[in-house]
Order: sequence, then C-alpha cells, then structure tokens
Amino acid sequence: MAKHTLCALVENRPGVLMRVVNLFRRRNFNIDSLTVGRTHRDDYSRITMVMEGSREQAELVEKNLYKLVNVIEVEYMSGLPTVERDLALIKVQVDAAARRDITQLCDIFRARIVDVSADSMIVETTGEEAKIESFCELLRPFGIVEMVRTGIVAMGRGDHNLRDHGYQPQVALAGARKSVL
Amino acid sequence: MSDQPRILTGAEILCECLLREQVDVVFGYPGGAILPTYDALCHYPDLHHVLTRHEQGATHMADGYARATGRVGVAIATSGPGATNMITGLATAMLDSSPVVAITGQVGTALIGTDAFQETDVTGISLPITKHNYLVGHVEELAHVVKEAFHIARTGRPGPVLIDVPKDVQVARCEFVYPEEPIRLPGYHPPESAPQEQIDAALELIAASERPVILAGQGVLMAGAHQELREFAERAHVPIALTLLGKSCMPEDHPLVLGMMGMHGGAHVNKAIQEADLLLAFGMRFDDRVTGKLDTYARKAKKIHVDIDASEINKNVRVDVGIVGDLGTVLRQLLPRLERTPTPQWIDRIREWSDDGRRREFVRPAGEDPDMPGFDPEKLIAGQVIFDLCRHTDGEAVTVTDVGQHQMWEAQYYHHRRPRTLITSGGLGTMGFGLPAAIGAKMAAPDEEVWAVVGDGGFQMTMMELATAVQERVNVKIAIINNGFLGMVRQWQEFFYDERYYATPMINPDFCKIAEAYGIPTRRVTRRDEIADTLAWASAIDEGPVLVEFVVAKEDIVYPMVPAGAALDEMIRRPTRDDLERRKSEKERGAPKPAPAPNA
Ligand SMILES: Cc1ncc(C[n+]2csc(CCOP(=O)(O)OP(=O)(O)O)c2C)c(N)n1
Repeated sequence: MAKHTLCALVENRPGVLMRVVNLFRRRNFNIDSLTVGRTHRDDYSRITMVMEGSREQAELVEKNLYKLVNVIEVEYMSGLPTVERDLALIKVQVDAAARRDITQLCDIFRARIVDVSADSMIVETTGEEAKIESFCELLRPFGIVEMVRTGIVAMGRGDHNLRDHGYQPQVALAGARKSVL
Repeated sequence: MSDQPRILTGAEILCECLLREQVDVVFGYPGGAILPTYDALCHYPDLHHVLTRHEQGATHMADGYARATGRVGVAIATSGPGATNMITGLATAMLDSSPVVAITGQVGTALIGTDAFQETDVTGISLPITKHNYLVGHVEELAHVVKEAFHIARTGRPGPVLIDVPKDVQVARCEFVYPEEPIRLPGYHPPESAPQEQIDAALELIAASERPVILAGQGVLMAGAHQELREFAERAHVPIALTLLGKSCMPEDHPLVLGMMGMHGGAHVNKAIQEADLLLAFGMRFDDRVTGKLDTYARKAKKIHVDIDASEINKNVRVDVGIVGDLGTVLRQLLPRLERTPTPQWIDRIREWSDDGRRREFVRPAGEDPDMPGFDPEKLIAGQVIFDLCRHTDGEAVTVTDVGQHQMWEAQYYHHRRPRTLITSGGLGTMGFGLPAAIGAKMAAPDEEVWAVVGDGGFQMTMMELATAVQERVNVKIAIINNGFLGMVRQWQEFFYDERYYATPMINPDFCKIAEAYGIPTRRVTRRDEIADTLAWASAIDEGPVLVEFVVAKEDIVYPMVPAGAALDEMIRRPTRDDLERRKSEKERGAPKPAPAPNA
C-alpha cells in the first residue's frame, strides 16, 4: 500500500494533539508516523503525518482533519514537490575495527558521530526515509543496540506553503498554556 | 445602562450567555461541582430549569428539544457521575447531528488531575462523541467559549458540544463583556454554495437519467430545504426515497414519495434504488442500514451526493459528483437550470412493485383485509396501533419513538406530513431515548400534539422521567407497545439464531399501575376496537402526561427485512398464507425450520 504524507497547522491549545490522534483511532486510519512541533509562531504548531492506505483513505483523513475545529490548514503533501526529512539516532556496538568501518560509512552517508564510548557509538543521520533505511541495513551487521527516529517532517518547496489564513488566536489569555498537548 | 463595568461570577456569566443564545429551557440535574451555577440559575427566572430524574434523560430532552425546532437544546450536569451519565445522550446526539450544548461542572482547577472526589476527565471521555468540547481554564474565557459552543453546535453539520466548567471558574469574578463580534474560527468554515462546475456536472447527469431516485435524509430538514426539495422533485419528476431520519421532510402522501428505504424499508423502495440509473443523495450518509451489502449497492446508478460535511462524500459509497454545501443553497443553484424529460414508465414500474409490497407486507385495518395472513383477529397488532394513531392524528402529530420493532412500525405505518414531526434515534439506536426526547420535544413545541411511541423494553430504561413530565406538567402522550419481549432482538433470534429466545422475554410491571403511582391518567388496550376511543381519550387530556399501554402480539415480525450484510433487494418478505401452511405441515412432520429465504 502506498504511503501518504499530510501536513497540518493546528492551534496551540491544550488537547489539540489528542483530538488529532483520536481521529486516527476512531476512524481506523493506519498511521505510520506523526510528528508535531513548534513553528515560527508560538500560537500554532505543525503536524506531519505519514499514513498507509489508498489515495481515497488519505482524502478521508484530510477531510476529517478539517472537521476538527482547531485545525487551521491541511495539505496533502504527496502530490507536491516537497522536502521530507527523517532524523535517526542509532547506537551501534563497536570494537576498534568496527569503529573505523562505521566512521567510513558515516562519511559516505554524511552521518555524524555524536557520541563515542568504549564499546558503542551513537550516529546521527538525517535524510529521506529510504536513505536512513539503507544506512541502517549497513549498520545492522555491527549490532544495533538502540535506535530512535523522529518520523518524517515535510515542507513544500518554493511557494507551496501551508497557509495560516491570517490566523489570530481568539481568546488571547496571558496565563493560558500555549501547547498542543 | 450605566457605564459601570459589570463584575459577575462565572456562573452568572454562564446564565447571561445562555439568555443571549435565546435559551428558555435547560434540562439538568444538580450536584457539588455545578452548584454555583445552580445558585445563579435561581436568579434567572427566564431560564426555566427542568429537573430530570437522570442526566441521560437531560441530554435526550435537550436532543428532543433541538430536533423538534432546530434550536440548540441545553443540558446541565455535575462532574463525575453526572457527566458520565450524559455520555449516551451525547453519543446519540452526535450520530444524529443534533445541536445540543452540554454544560458540566468540574472539580476546581487546582484539583484537576488529582483524582479528586467526583473528578472525571469528561472532555477526554466525550471527545469522540462531541462535535467539539471545552475545558474552561479561566473565567475570562467563559463568555467567549459559550458563544463559540452554540455557534459550533448549530452551524454546519450540527452536533453536540460540551463545556466543562471547573467549580472555581464558576465562582471567580470578572468583568462581563459579551463578545458581540461574530464568531470567527480559523479552522471552521461551514460551506455554503457549490462551485459551478459541480452544479453543471450534476445537471448533466440529471438531464440524462431515465430511472432517477432521490434519497432524502435528515439534511433536508436541517437545511430547512423541504420546499426546494419538493420543487426539485416535482419539476424533474424524480421519485423520493426517505431515510429513517429523513422521514417527514416531504408529505408522505405526495405521489412522488415512495416511502422509507433500507433494512426495513419498502421492498419497492429498495428495488427502485437497486434498479435506478441515477441516485441523488440529499443530506444523507449511506449508512450501512440503508445500503445493505456495499459492493452490491445500486450498481447501475450514477451517484450525486450533496452534503454539508465533506468527509461524508466518498466515505461509504463512491460517487460521481460530490457536492459539499448547504442543501438549500445547492438546490437553489440547481433549480433554475433543472431539466429532465419525465419517464412515467419508471414511476409506473415502481408503483407496480409498491402495490405488490402493500398487498404482501402491510397490515391493514381488520375487516378491510380479511386475507392478512398469520394473525388472530382477536389479537392486537402493533402495526394497526400505529396505523390508527396516524389516522387519528391525521399524520400531523409529532411522534417520538424509542428503538426496536415499534420504531420500524412507526416508520412504516405513520405517514408524516410536516417537517420535523418524527424524532427518533437512528444512528446510535439508543433505547431509552423515546420518553425523555418526547418531553423535550413537547417543551420546545408546546402547540404540537406529541406522542412518545415506545417499546416495553426501552421504556423501562428511562421511565423515571415520568416524574419529570408530571413535575413539569408536560402534556406528552405515551403509547407503550407492550409485546413482553425485547421484540427486535427476538426477531433476530427467530431469523438467525434458531428461535432461541434467550434473554428477550420480559416479566414486566403493570404499566398502568406505574402510571397511577405517578398520578398519570392511564388506560390499557388489548383489542383492536378499543384503539380509536382510547386515542381520542388520550388526545383530549390537555395537561400533564397520559399513558396508554397497548398489549400487542408477541410473535410479530417487522417485514420486509434486509438481513445484515445482504444486498438491499434480498429482502425477507412476509410469508404468504401458503408459506405458513407449508411451514405448519413441515413442523408437524418434524422437519427443521428452513432459514428465511430472502427473495426479491
Ligand atoms: C441501550 C440499548 N441497549 C440495547 C439495544 C439493543 N436492542 C435493539 S432493539 C432492542 C429491543 C427493544 O425492545 P423493546 O423496547 O421492547 O421494543 P420492541 O422491539 O419490542 O418494539 C434491543 C435490546 C439498544 N438498541 N439500545
């Protein structure tokens, strides 16, 4: 089944992420990854989600996201020219020989070594999913101890922007928590 | 008005805001966390509070109030158990898109998250069964939240909205400034009109169609588009099939109205849908109860779907033209250029099927139909009761049903003539809905004659609301269709579980004595010739509730029926006299009962 990437701008209000996540559960959508983080404005956040399914299902997800009152804008990214990035931290078991080999691999993949200890090292790599996956495959024989990935974040190239339609929060309360969680 | 700032408590602000929303009645039940609001309510005599006997009843009453008029119904409860008791009512309102605002008390802000006494995460619990919900964090937000909540509940595709108000927010004071500016929500834009190319595409399909059918759903009522629908159907000569919730959007004696579609719809209606070359779905959502098995559904038909909710388009059935918009507006866009050459032979064909169905399925008043098979003329048949109720009230009453066989008989035998005169829990199928929703409906529309038509099972789920009707002197007429069984479940057991009637027979109380205990006038009907007089007697009572128990045949079945998962035209039909004879002799020979053969 095909993968689809969608991006959404959501209001920074407590519980908004829960609404988004609940939607997937409730409508039985298959979500591959979901990332949420801050944007250049502190009153909205941006969510990138990758789902598996048919194009029609992706369309339904999009329409259902629009039904959430706190969702400002949704964009189906898979049809657009985009930059998609995933970041992985991979902890690998090493001895002296392996350390050398891995360092070489890191050069080729433009990965960074971010921590080294006596018998392990952590490498960081960023890129498209496929690149990370093939990098992992090469590391696997050395023995991967742990791995964590952020999930994909995506942005349209050029003038393919997620519009916020001049969004202004309705009730600006000094004391209110500005968070989607 | 003085220029002095008005410093009010949260509770008072809540009441002020309700008044601005033109709320006149609230249905509720007090408790600790909502007490500050109750204490304020007593200073607002224009907000009439109806004390229910259960918070579920309060939500159903608010729902019934909303459905009878299209205005927002309001229910109030305390935190914890009060709030959780509302859940069934909210889910019911959600699935049937009913505009309800539920207000719950919550423990004080400082206690949230500590498992304090009667604390429950009601915004979490109700999240998937509300259109939106709020936990109010500060008294300064309150006025705005209430205004937003009403706006969201009543606009677009309506639905329930819950506002959870912590006790300290109800008590805290701030300057009350009513937000006069219209609500503008960044992510909420109910659609209005449709793009011209969609209108053009629809008109083209309509003009080319030879066997079109309109599928009219509750959206017609919610959009107030019944006039437009009628004009559309008459001008384009398109017959109309109704969903359960769409019933009453057109007078059912109109020559173009076919009747109800779906699981217990008319066989001719379902057949027309299966044979159609164009379906015009107006404000309905292709629920599984109306489509039957999806991949066999209306395979010969192109489909045009108009709905205000974009996520309904292509959800269950793929359509050729999907139009997102307000139905009234869209119909007005279509009407000026609507053209179609009438195809009377199509209407004639449906009429033939319909005559056959009427002969086979429908119970007629005794005497008029001596051939009606299967029934002892001494016994009371529920279909006759409803038929007579319809005749007695000229199809003009507001009927509110519960859920089960009686609900389907209501739909089959009561032919409504005016919009919003059938109120029933369609999507969730909530037993216990009938009585409280009828109370709410009567309070919303006091000039209407309101009949609650309920089963003996469902009635017992919320019959404590009789006390509410008495206390408020609500003139609601209650017809209990007592078959001593959970009838609809019994029917499934008969058809699909080899007649193992497990957990469906009921030993019931004496319903008339129950009514008497509440001081409610009551009568029991056991014979057909008593129906008319009793209905007249009940109608004449003009204050407070009245209860009539109809003791009907236990064995009755709702025919026709599309078994779950079957194609729409594979219906189980009422057995003919021959079928019954054959079955009887087979039984005597000890042959196993054959599975009900679906036949078209
Ligand atoms: C709250 C709830 N519980 C269970 C059901 C399942 N159910 C559907 S119809 C029915 C039987 C209803 O019996 P009754 O109220 O006597 O009405 P009848 O079918 O006999 O007319 C049941 C149990 C339901 N719809 N709602």
